[in-house]
Amino acid sequence: MGTIRSATAIRFGKPVIFLLCLAPFGLLVWRALSEGLGANPVETVVHSTGSWALRLLLVTLAVTPLQRLSGQPWLGGYRRLLGLFAFFYAVLHFAAYLVLDRALVWEDISTDLTKRPYIVVGFGALLLLVPLAVTSTRGWIKRLGHHWLTLHRAVYAIAILAVLHFLWLVKADTLEPLIYAAVLAILIAFRVPWRRLVGRRIAGQEGVTAAVMAPCTQERLRAYPRWRCPREENNK
Amino acid sequence: MLVKRPNPIPPSEITPREHWLRRRELMAGAAAGLGLAVLGGLGAAPAASPARAGEKIPGLAPSPLSTGEKPTSFEDATGYNNFYEMGPTKDDPARHANLLQTRPWTVRVDGACAAPGEIGIEDILAGFPQEERIYRLRCVEAWAMVIPWVGFPLGDLLKRFQPTSQAKFVAFETLQDPKQFPGQRRAVLEWPYREGLRLDEAMHPLTILATGLYGEVLPGQNGAPLRLVVPWKYGFKSIKSIVRIRFVESQPPATWNRMQPEEYGFYANVNPAVSHPRWSQKSHRLIGAGLFAPKQKTLPFNGYADQVASLYEGMDLKRFF
Repeated sequence: MGTIRSATAIRFGKPVIFLLCLAPFGLLVWRALSEGLGANPVETVVHSTGSWALRLLLVTLAVTPLQRLSGQPWLGGYRRLLGLFAFFYAVLHFAAYLVLDRALVWEDISTDLTKRPYIVVGFGALLLLVPLAVTSTRGWIKRLGHHWLTLHRAVYAIAILAVLHFLWLVKADTLEPLIYAAVLAILIAFRVPWRRLVGRRIAGQEGVTAAVMAPCTQERLRAYPRWRCPREENNK
Repeated sequence: MLVKRPNPIPPSEITPREHWLRRRELMAGAAAGLGLAVLGGLGAAPAASPARAGEKIPGLAPSPLSTGEKPTSFEDATGYNNFYEMGPTKDDPARHANLLQTRPWTVRVDGACAAPGEIGIEDILAGFPQEERIYRLRCVEAWAMVIPWVGFPLGDLLKRFQPTSQAKFVAFETLQDPKQFPGQRRAVLEWPYREGLRLDEAMHPLTILATGLYGEVLPGQNGAPLRLVVPWKYGFKSIKSIVRIRFVESQPPATWNRMQPEEYGFYANVNPAVSHPRWSQKSHRLIGAGLFAPKQKTLPFNGYADQVASLYEGMDLKRFF
């Protein structure tokens, strides 16, 4: 598959992605205006914004794997847009919780934020998202230099907290949050430097597992050579 | 496992299965099919009592035990339901209700009683005067509705089976049949759904078995054809689509209580002073109130304290929550 020219792709793709990301919000507003939010509109708004925050967070995390698997480095140009939309929905989610669900009653909110584990982790995820959103500008990327990457690795912790937030709030049917957990696990597994880990084990003669794993990993690496040196691929 | 339900209706009166199924398909289909469906079903239903969801129940007496609050809209009460047998989301029950076959339907009553036996839904409808009871319904998830139930006191039915002195509790069981209850195809909860009441709670005049709502035959998603309604307890106590009632000597297992005993007590009396670990029970959202409506204060025993608080005199309700 050939590489699509980045500038063209970004220029035409961005407005489309922007509108797609905005669609769930637009739909929610339309439903609110047409009394289509169902029997429990507050629950609908809180759940819908929360789900979209989590989904977009995972989509953001899927950009890098997609880039490498498809060999289309320009896909990386959408990462910030997607990440900021995840933040947008997370803020809406929190605002809906504060205003619609808790009616800004501080006593109730403080109890939630200290006593209810699923709210604690959800709030933690949102707090961690704030610096990432703030430092998403070109200026901040330059200013922070290599620290920027370190800071933005917090996104993995955020995603884990967000999935826990969902998992801990459901009463019985954990299927949906577990699907998100599985997707996240795959996205994180993609970033683990398996080769280095396995290689180190072999060097240290750390037993049978490493020996068994090594050929299989090598085979996968041969099959997807881009995994080996993504940086080089990106800089082409 | 399929709970065996012997058939109380003479075979001659039973609608052929294919007609029955066809009617369901038509009901579920477009509005154009509706007229046919009604025609196809009319001859099949026993003449004496209405059998289908939506049919009017005649001769309903009002009850002094009803609240004067404005009932939730029929649409919300029948479209926003927790009935995990029909699926885990709130709109699954309304979507899958057409799979549930409520005729014939038999309830087995046994255990510590002098006259154990079975009773068909037709005999229940004919044998116990149905009345309207408008009750507040408080879900453990901190939302509430006001439902005009149709039903009769559970105690009236229980007495007929003559509980013995060993009967201290009453245990209930929902139908188990994954063909009719698609939600039972996954072990989201421990099937069949089970609930229990202390005998004095079960005999309390507020405790009813509901056979309808809004003057009509109970829709499947609300627990047709026969469900418990205990208005001073969280909704999950009010077990739906009951096929078995048993008098027992010790506290029977209850589904949610077994799954998460620290979150769902056996008593599950509505109590603003005892928080659910994941949400406050101090207030609730009234369904139908709208996006910006403030929550309402939750009252002890869901506002039925005058009638039922005496049942729990001397009990530590924070411990026995």
